[in-house]
Amino acid sequence: MRAYVLRRLLLAVPTVLGVVTLVFVLVHLIPGDPVDVMLGETARAADKAQLRRRLGLDRPLATQYVRYLYHLARGDLGRSLQSGRPVRDLIVARYPATVELAGGALLVAVLCAAPLGIAAAARPRSALDAACRALAVVGTAVPNFWLGPFLILVFAIGCEWLPVSGRGGVAHLVLPAVTLGMGMAAILARMLRGSLLERLGDDYISTARAKGLGERRVLFKHALRNAALPVVTILGLQAGGLLAGAIITETIFAWPGIGRLTLLAIQARDYPLVQGCILVIALSYVVVNLGTDLLYGLIDPRVRS
Amino acid sequence: MTRVVANRQVLAGLCIVALFVLVAALAPNLAPVGPTTQNLSEDLRPPSTAHPFGQDKLGRDVLSRVVYGARISLLVGVLVVGISAVLGLGIGALAGYAGGRSDELIMRGIDVFLAFPGILLAIGVAAVLGPSLRNVLLALCAIGWTGYARLVRGEVLAWREREFVSAAVALGATPGRVVWRHIVPQLLTPLVVQATFGVAGAIVAEASLSFLGLGVQPPTPSWGAMINDGRSFLLVAPHVALFPGLAMVLIVLGLQLLGDGLRDALDVRTED
Repeated sequence: MRAYVLRRLLLAVPTVLGVVTLVFVLVHLIPGDPVDVMLGETARAADKAQLRRRLGLDRPLATQYVRYLYHLARGDLGRSLQSGRPVRDLIVARYPATVELAGGALLVAVLCAAPLGIAAAARPRSALDAACRALAVVGTAVPNFWLGPFLILVFAIGCEWLPVSGRGGVAHLVLPAVTLGMGMAAILARMLRGSLLERLGDDYISTARAKGLGERRVLFKHALRNAALPVVTILGLQAGGLLAGAIITETIFAWPGIGRLTLLAIQARDYPLVQGCILVIALSYVVVNLGTDLLYGLIDPRVRS
Repeated sequence: MTRVVANRQVLAGLCIVALFVLVAALAPNLAPVGPTTQNLSEDLRPPSTAHPFGQDKLGRDVLSRVVYGARISLLVGVLVVGISAVLGLGIGALAGYAGGRSDELIMRGIDVFLAFPGILLAIGVAAVLGPSLRNVLLALCAIGWTGYARLVRGEVLAWREREFVSAAVALGATPGRVVWRHIVPQLLTPLVVQATFGVAGAIVAEASLSFLGLGVQPPTPSWGAMINDGRSFLLVAPHVALFPGLAMVLIVLGLQLLGDGLRDALDVRTED
């Protein structure tokens, strides 16, 4: 297991370096003079020169890149143009809210998908199976930026059961988590059903049934444990995807997380902050994927070799 | 072929997609008024016989805007998939055919692109380049090509050892010719399935960018931007956000049915 962990960690190094480099390239794609874009064309020449010096844009590109890597290695993401505060502090302040939202969405997805997927696989071609299929199809077709506003309309404005927006207790979390988690619930339910049906056709299931085990025991003890493996992988991949979906969901619900911070930074043309946000979201995704891989190795010894 | 047409999912999907293609093609004939014609004295009016989908905050006809919005959605969907597929085909074939270190380098590069979740990279590109239709296309192609490249590379690796490919090489066919004439035809089915899902993905991604204000600029009608506009008037005029959303759900549903059906009927394995 230790060799496996070490190998996975080593494999992640070039990916992380690549992500860091791509984000650097991205910000240098700004057409024309980035300082003009940030300050507006009417800014005074002295201000422009000062900002250019502060961002290091007056140096050669290679020097800028090395400086960027050097600062990054020390955890320095630069300063926000708008507030002047360190980008790292702004992101650290917002990060827990996004983790809370993503965690809530994950919980919603698993709570919806697990019973539905299991029930559908236990009775294929039943009404429940049809419901599972319908949820899977509709869940992936309904975009979260449309679902969110209508959930607000029905449950916050219409019924007044839940708050419209903002972050607070559990009540505040429900609608954003459902909005963000629904697409994932659909994919998971479908995956779980397919994976379970496949396992239920295996020989060891026939053996378990032949020796007289109850259908419930066969399903939960024998089939589900093996069927869960591929679903865990999807769970990991999708959990990272939640981070990107959070940009839209946080915008809809005025949720004070890193996704909303990203969009506000884009609107303010605060490029150091945009760069920091995109970098942190992408690196979080790399870490989540790495964690999934390691978890997978822990559950299934075959993966380690 | 009969299997494909007989598949109920394929048929249903095809009908829905054909409907939207027709709507987009006949937009000037179907739309009651121009998509940008304002009527400020009739803002946020609910659906009526004159305006079946109602009117938005500037008194524009929502039906006309949904109909014209189909043009933007389909245009973006088809262009993004077309460009991404060609790009991915070239890069994937290069990796699979060249093998060795070039292959390793290209695959690591793809890993870096895949390290950005969902549309994050597209949001970044659109944010940096500024909002416009051209930049939306650029941003979505930047994240779209990797899937095709991986698919093509895998198939090239699998097919290049086969006798008919070796025979072509022995007869002096250039790598480009081998890939185009001998390997691409073998790939058509998985490519078609992936492209079908790709169009749906690109349509949702374009709408997402437009929703965030990073896409097509007003007054050009885009479903994502219309939903964002309607958000402020949900209580008084839910129809403004309702209809563009319904249109989007329907076309994505159609494309997914088509893709699922094609996958089942043609029995292809796609990576997803």
